[in-house]
Amino acid sequence: MKLPFLSKKIKWYMADWNETELKKGFFRPDQKFRTDNAMRSNMVVDHLNVTIQGNHILKDVSVEIPDRKITCIIGPSGCGKSTLLKSLNRLLDANEDVKITGQVIVDGEELYAPGVEITHIRRKMGLLSQRPCPLPMSIYDNIAYGCRIHGLRNRKKLNMVVRYYLQAVGLWEEVKDRLHSPAARMSIGQQQRLCLARGLAVEPQFILADEATSALDPISSKTIEDLFLKLREEYAIVLVTHTLRQALRIADYVIFMYMGEIVEAGTAEQIFKHPQKELTQKYLSGVFS
Amino acid sequence: MTRGEYKIAQKTSVFRLLKDKMAGSVMFTFTMLSVLLLILIGAGLVIKSLPILEEKSLWELLFTSKWKPMRGDFGFLPFIMGTLWVTVIAIVWTLPVSLFTAIFLTENSRSWVKKVVFPALDILAGLPSVVYGVWGILVVVPWISDSLAPHFVEYSTGYSTLTAGIVLGIMILPLMISLFVELFSSVPQDLREASLSLGATRWQTTKYVLLKKTFPGMVASVTLAISRAMGETIAVLMVCGNIVQMPGSLFDGCYPLPALLANNYGEMLSLPLYESALMLSALILFVVVFVFNIVSRLILRKIERTLV
Repeated sequence: MKLPFLSKKIKWYMADWNETELKKGFFRPDQKFRTDNAMRSNMVVDHLNVTIQGNHILKDVSVEIPDRKITCIIGPSGCGKSTLLKSLNRLLDANEDVKITGQVIVDGEELYAPGVEITHIRRKMGLLSQRPCPLPMSIYDNIAYGCRIHGLRNRKKLNMVVRYYLQAVGLWEEVKDRLHSPAARMSIGQQQRLCLARGLAVEPQFILADEATSALDPISSKTIEDLFLKLREEYAIVLVTHTLRQALRIADYVIFMYMGEIVEAGTAEQIFKHPQKELTQKYLSGVFS
Repeated sequence: MTRGEYKIAQKTSVFRLLKDKMAGSVMFTFTMLSVLLLILIGAGLVIKSLPILEEKSLWELLFTSKWKPMRGDFGFLPFIMGTLWVTVIAIVWTLPVSLFTAIFLTENSRSWVKKVVFPALDILAGLPSVVYGVWGILVVVPWISDSLAPHFVEYSTGYSTLTAGIVLGIMILPLMISLFVELFSSVPQDLREASLSLGATRWQTTKYVLLKKTFPGMVASVTLAISRAMGETIAVLMVCGNIVQMPGSLFDGCYPLPALLANNYGEMLSLPLYESALMLSALILFVVVFVFNIVSRLILRKIERTLV
């Protein structure tokens, strides 16, 4: 269905565009925006054990996620990479029959402490899934959704947020004329960038990406990778990846997992150039994958 | 492969293709049979109700409320209104109940709850409708006439439009719940996670994502339930009062179309035009359900186009 009055609706961006106001951030007015170096976010995984339907998926995982760096989690299929990622923002809770012991500590708050209010912690982490899944609404509403559920109703401010984050992921020029058409009509690569923008719009500190480029064509994945490299300046990025080459290209830190355990973790240089464990050497040289 | 083997292989492959073709045409025939059935029933009803349609104008039949078969007055309006009222009441109260139940079952409940509830729903759906009718007479009718009706009207027997709506609602409730549950389970988990990861609560996720995503499906489910409800006969006929009148309040008796047909067909058929009139009532039901389905399908297509 074509709506003729739509063109008027999207004229707003000409008028109210104010970048400095945006830089302050809407949701954390008490804190300065992420470009300020004084603010550091911090995430520690502490002796995490996850059992799903009787299978011990994660075994005593302890690791620290560094801020403003890209951390790649690598390892063969079924080693618990995605489970680790999902346990970082407690999305595993939605599944049945999951037992979790240990702790994930984000900025001093324990995620798995009883009675913790999870939504405000989840907002600190944008999630990018393997296949892009835009919400069943327009492009505009996809970005505005997160802001709206956290109470931002002001139309002008929403317009600014939408434009700002669409620009941040390089979608603005491509979609500015059809902001109110369904997001599902975009290409897969565009959808993934939209999902990234949607996550960024709630002003997170972390970006969790679960094989975010594996469903995309090479050019789209390159775009996403470049975005990650750009976003590294402001966010802590955790990327689960299947492709070693991708990890080589963009990782600052690497966590190598095998059978639910962390075999080796360290800077990219350490892991790729001087792996300490035999298992890591074998995996990197392609003995198994 | 020797020459002989090759020939055998060729032969079997011919049989294979033949079987394939035959299977295809058999399936096609059976499919067409079910469509043909619809056409046959429709045509039969039209032919049977032609006598009365030739004698009286359609307007008079559908929109007058005088029903005196002895004198040759056939006004179907009371019956049509009875059907509409009962159906509307049933849908209005079951829609929220089934929606929230289905949301709870798919989104919030633990697995043991599902293990208890789903078999219970299946049994409810499988109970013969007479049982619902008896239950209506034993429980709902006294409750309405003794407890509820005195607050609103001077006197009610309890055999009323409201009673019929309540009993009918209970009958379609399991159907609606299972349709909705099916619908909500078809939504990919990724979508919920996408919403949750933005810091949305479960209820926000349900409200803004789940319900929005499944809206076309919900329209289709409700249509199916309404079609079922319109045709439901026995239980409704047992509790609706069977009084030929325009229901003035919820506590008045009414007389839905299926009840008219079930109560009267086979009796007094010597009256001129009576059989034809009853057939017309069946035709009206047929057409209403038919048109209703087509219209909802059109609406559905439009919604799907704007949403996806």
